Order: sequence, then structure tokens, then C-alpha cells
Amino acid sequence: MERIIFYFLALLIIIFAIASVSSRKMLRSVIYLLFVLCSIAGVYFLIDYNFLAAIQLTIYAGGIIVLIIFSVLLVHHIEMQLEIAKLSRKIITGLACLLGLAVFLVTLYSHEFNVVGTAIPTEVSEIGTLLLSYEAGGFILPFEVVSVLLLAAMIGAIVIAKGTILSESNKKTV
Amino acid sequence: MIQGITIYELLTVTSILFFIGIYGFITRKNLISILISVELILNASVINFVIINKYLYPDVLQGVVFSIFIIAVAAAETALAVSIIINLYRQISSVEVKDIETMKY
Repeated sequence: MERIIFYFLALLIIIFAIASVSSRKMLRSVIYLLFVLCSIAGVYFLIDYNFLAAIQLTIYAGGIIVLIIFSVLLVHHIEMQLEIAKLSRKIITGLACLLGLAVFLVTLYSHEFNVVGTAIPTEVSEIGTLLLSYEAGGFILPFEVVSVLLLAAMIGAIVIAKGTILSESNKKTV
Repeated sequence: MIQGITIYELLTVTSILFFIGIYGFITRKNLISILISVELILNASVINFVIINKYLYPDVLQGVVFSIFIIAVAAAETALAVSIIINLYRQISSVEVKDIETMKY
């Protein structure tokens, strides 16, 4: 049963990823990306990391997709079709990607992984204590650095998105 | 771990996802499409962290914590990229890569 669900999710991920990079309508391409992200959350549910699946659904599917849809609607007309690359360029890029994929897969399948068979259920509280622990192996420093990074990104986004008004006022004073 | 699924099958799926992202990154001519491709690449790497943690080291949680950090950085990156795209659209009324010739405005 889990096998069938996994193959179904893998098929969804690959089909919608291809659709997302090849669709000519901007908004549809974003919606296909949403389907890819939801299928990835399904994979996280399958391997029993519920907290990560919840993060994936809230931040990616809830936050990032909405941001991208906003920017698409602010920038484009919905009906506008994208310019497509030349066919020769597409073929060359596709061949290069297939070559890279072949190298990846050959390396992957020739490597022996020591898979540990035991399945240990994870609690959300364990992740929380690991993120906030001061002891060796704790992640309190990166946690704080990420919080500063998010604050900086927030301020930076506001400043950059207001750029025109700032530069116009600069011109007036000069 | 998923019953009956080996680590090789999962890593194959993420490799395919990664290269689809690279294909889109190279062939697309639009800044927002390039952003979508970057999201695909980042997601493939996040799944790799999670799978290797679950299959090879199930007793620790380092991979999950790293995935959370990657997702946080990806969110910050997307917010900044969207603000840059909107600002660019106000300056030159276009988000095509070929119209953006200089970094200075």
C-alpha cells in the first residue's frame, strides 16, 4: 500500500515539475509548482516526519506560492503567454540535463548505502529541544542567526520594493 | 522509512526533480519562471537531507533541523526576489532577462 502511494506521489512530482517548467502560461506554471510542493509534503508524511510536512505545507504552499502569485498578478496580464526559448537551445539543454542525470544515477547506484532498518518515531518536542539546546550538538546559534536573517530580509524587501519613491526624492534634492 | 521502498528509488526521484529545475533555470527567459525553477532545485535538496537522515541515521535529527533552516532561507530569498522583481518592473516595465542589461539604475 505504501509502495503504491509512493509511486503515485513520485509520478505526480515529476509530471507536475515538467509541466511547471514547460507551461507557457505564467499562472498555470505557479499552480503546477503548488502541486509539486503538496506532493513533496505527502512524501514527508510517508516517511513519518509530520512536523516537516506541516512546515512544507504552511511555508511553501501557503507563503511562497502566495508571494509568487502576487508578483505574477502585479507584473503580468493573466492571458499573456511567455516567450519560449529556441528549439535548438531546448534540445541542447535537455541533452545536457540528461547527461548530468545519467552521471548522477550511475554514481548513486554504484554506491553502497548502509541502510539502518529500524524505524524510530520522532516527536516534535525532540526537534524543539534540539533547536534550542546550548549543549554540544545544539542549534541555538544558527537559530538566532536565521531569526536575524529573516528580520534583515523583511526590512530589505520593504526598502527595495519602495525603491522608485526613494530615488525620485533623491533626484529632487540633487 | 517507507515499507518496500529503497533509498535508491527516493534519491532517483530527487535527482530527476533537481535536473528538471536546472532545465527550467536555463531555458526560461522570465525572472519569475527562473524563481520557480530555483524553488524546485531547493526542494530537491531538502528532500535529500530528509531521506538520508531517515534511512542512514534514524536515531539523530540533524537532517530535519537542516531542512528547517534551508526552508527559512528559501522563504527569505523568495521575499527578496519578489521585491526586486516588482521594483524592476516599475523601473523598466519588463521582467524578461534580455531587457535587464545593467545592474545599476
